[in-house]
Amino acid sequence: MINIEAYGTFDTAWCPGCGNHSILECVKLALSELDIAPHQVGFVSGIGQAAKAPQYLNCNMFNGLHGRSLPAAQGARLANPNMVVIAESGDGCNYGEGGNHFLAALRRNMNMTLLAHDNQIYGLTKGQASPTTAKGQVTKTQPFGAPSEPFNPVAVAVTMHTGFVARVFSGDQEHLVNIIKQAINHKGFSLVDILQPCVSFNKVNTFGWYKDRCYRLDESHDPKDWDAAMKKAVEFGDRIPIGVIYKDDKPGFEEGMPSLAAGPLATRELNKTKLAEIIDSFT
Amino acid sequence: MSEMSINILIGGEAGQGLVTIGQLMAKALVRGGHDVLVNQDYMSRIRGGHNFFAIRTGPEPIQCTTEMVDILVALNKETLEIHGSQLTERGIVVADEKIDCRGLNALKVPFNDLASKPLFYNVVALGVLGAAVCNDIAILEGLLQDTFGKKGSEIVASNLEVLRKAYAWVKEQNFDFSCMPPPPENPDKRIMINGNEAIALGALAAGCNFLSFYPMTPSTSVALTLINKGKELGFVAEQAEDEIAAINMALGASWAGARSIVTTSGGGFALMVEGISLAGVTETPVVVILVQRPGPATGLPTRTEQGDLNLALYAGHGEFPRAIFTPGTPEECFYLTHRAFDLAERYQTPMFVLSDQYLADSYRAVEPFDLDKLPEVAKPLLKPENPKEYKRYALSDDCISPRAIPGFSEALVKVDSDEHDEQGHIVEDAPTRVAQNSKRLCKGCGLWAEVVPPGYYGPDEPDVLFLCWGSTLGAALDASEMADLKVAVLHFTQVYPLKDEQFMPFLEAAKEVVCVEGNANGQFARLLRQETGYGVNNFILRFDGRPITARYILAGLKNIL
Ligand SMILES: Cc1ncc(C[n+]2csc(CCOP(=O)(O)OP(=O)(O)O)c2C)c(N)n1
Ligand code: SF4
Ligand SMILES: [Mg+2]
Repeated sequence: MINIEAYGTFDTAWCPGCGNHSILECVKLALSELDIAPHQVGFVSGIGQAAKAPQYLNCNMFNGLHGRSLPAAQGARLANPNMVVIAESGDGCNYGEGGNHFLAALRRNMNMTLLAHDNQIYGLTKGQASPTTAKGQVTKTQPFGAPSEPFNPVAVAVTMHTGFVARVFSGDQEHLVNIIKQAINHKGFSLVDILQPCVSFNKVNTFGWYKDRCYRLDESHDPKDWDAAMKKAVEFGDRIPIGVIYKDDKPGFEEGMPSLAAGPLATRELNKTKLAEIIDSFT
Repeated sequence: MSEMSINILIGGEAGQGLVTIGQLMAKALVRGGHDVLVNQDYMSRIRGGHNFFAIRTGPEPIQCTTEMVDILVALNKETLEIHGSQLTERGIVVADEKIDCRGLNALKVPFNDLASKPLFYNVVALGVLGAAVCNDIAILEGLLQDTFGKKGSEIVASNLEVLRKAYAWVKEQNFDFSCMPPPPENPDKRIMINGNEAIALGALAAGCNFLSFYPMTPSTSVALTLINKGKELGFVAEQAEDEIAAINMALGASWAGARSIVTTSGGGFALMVEGISLAGVTETPVVVILVQRPGPATGLPTRTEQGDLNLALYAGHGEFPRAIFTPGTPEECFYLTHRAFDLAERYQTPMFVLSDQYLADSYRAVEPFDLDKLPEVAKPLLKPENPKEYKRYALSDDCISPRAIPGFSEALVKVDSDEHDEQGHIVEDAPTRVAQNSKRLCKGCGLWAEVVPPGYYGPDEPDVLFLCWGSTLGAALDASEMADLKVAVLHFTQVYPLKDEQFMPFLEAAKEVVCVEGNANGQFARLLRQETGYGVNNFILRFDGRPITARYILAGLKNIL
């Protein structure tokens, strides 16, 4: 097994008490328990507090633009099918700035994992409403309350029959590690929406708020039952189910792309004879 | 010299198949040993409207399109109305017998008699046209065979029958049009290719193996060619959800070891701009193919302009090096795109190839590209020397940090959009910022040292020097040969960076320098002034969406002199 120490420890720029600390620890635990070495994994992130997470562990890292982690992650995935690709970013990044990419990624169903730190707020820019902020929640930029309906990423993912859809809570570490491991092992797109308190800017969805509401799904929930999954996906109020909401082992995007079978693009050699024939076909 | 050329213009509605007729005819001419140059003019619609496909052809090299028409194939009445006035003295019209040709010298074709059903009208037009220019029928027979072979022998046979009927019919007509001079005997083998196809082949030849794109005229055929021709080469392509996704996907792929390209036009490229900056700071190679059309915004979606030089030049916030190539011919499209990949990899920064609709769609006869003559394209490292010590942004004397690909050794490859230290970790301290920013910018010196010099064509110390870039090369050359003055042409195939010692003597030796550009502001002239202090005072500019021609330049020159 890969020792968790291989993933290192770094000083972070996060506030004490922030849910990100716990998520980072769980990610390291999950990877080491899965026996994945740091150089085998590629983390792709955007910009935000959550998106800094890959800075704080040993790994290959593409820390790109706000909202654009998913396209970059999918590009990496297409270039190297042997890489364990994990996109990690916040709710603003994934569901706001990158909303179109989120939908497209659900449709593509590539073999990769999205860890979406969902603190229901824009943390790094100091507390504006995010797409998952509750309607009516007052912020400095929404003094009359957030005017729009919140986006439910889990429900959207379930409607699209996304391969693996989970909702988890940063405060339930044992559970979180387990779900991240399942997500990485799933051969298709895995969404892990991680509820996470932002102690500095979200005074509504606090640690206690989540702790009181989140309950683990047990065996009575069958994640392959789409109707049941849909019910759990929209349950977000006094009680919030956490665990694998939906699972579908349909073939991944890669299976429909024969050109990927020849392995990582970095190891390909140009077939000059074929190319000469192609040029000749313009005669 | 194009004096011995004739210009065939096939006009009609979108959906009438005029592009098919045009492509087959042009190819038949190339196979017969003639030179061709195609200008395609089409509207942003799938049916109706007015489109044309013009083939200028002759036994000698053709350099640019022309307004004058020698054979006007009118697939509808409107074509006659629009283009009738462009007919030369010897010009003829080829049209259905039912169209009133108003006394013009016309071959009135009984389409209904020659074609058993409307499906074959195009083959009739092709046959009449082929016979009118004395193209050996065997060539068109072969082409129809190639085109329809997949659909079965019956379909081939009925097409051939119509073709032969059309040829025979023309022979019986008594019309006044002399054939073109014959092509040279045993001409060298040539391929027929347009600018966009040549860009795609140049990319494939450079080992490009990844494309992410969003369709946008007039760039789409680069993507199409890469996808169709790349199939057998293991090429990976994805149609992204938007251009922002396309550029970010290309960068993620490049980081993970792909050789990436993105293809787009102005509006799509505008969306990519933040990603260009990301390529700059992360030092991730990518080649951007920007095929221009007139803006602002949606502009004239299917027409031509050189209006996005400034956009390419300044795209991306912050400061980082880049190079911009501006090919003038399909050959240059091929070789410069190939070169762009090598530079992108060696300097780890974005490279641009700027083309435009005119060149994109302009088929030409060119010598087949010789793959063995191409230099090797640089490669990244799969396994750096001391993987455990590897630093993606290591400072070094030449400012270039070896680029390792993640996943092939224990090296951890960290690239970062934030300012970063040598390892790739986010930092905010001033000295590291200065060191890394300087390292990135200093790569620009290497790029400067390797600039492709502009092409100089014509006599020394000319009365007039046409200064141009990109697709206007042919028109400038043609105009320089047609003018009664001593005229030369200075053509930039790389507009950035500029290396003044390569061209200042030419500018100073000319009596008058005239800048010829397909935009309203003289963007290149402004760049030249900014980079060298040299001010151009004479301009021939065009921004009506149509290609610059030799006649257009000569008319402009009259106004200047
Ligand atoms: C194109 C662009 N727009 C805006 C920003 C500013 N910005 C940085 S992070 C962020 C929001 C972060 O929210 P979220 O993704 O939820 O991450 P969190 O900080 O809450 O973890 C914004 C608006 C940016 N970096 N780039
Ligand atoms: S601002 Fe919020 S999300 Fe950001 S580190 Fe602090 S607590 Fe965490
Ligand atoms: Mg957030």
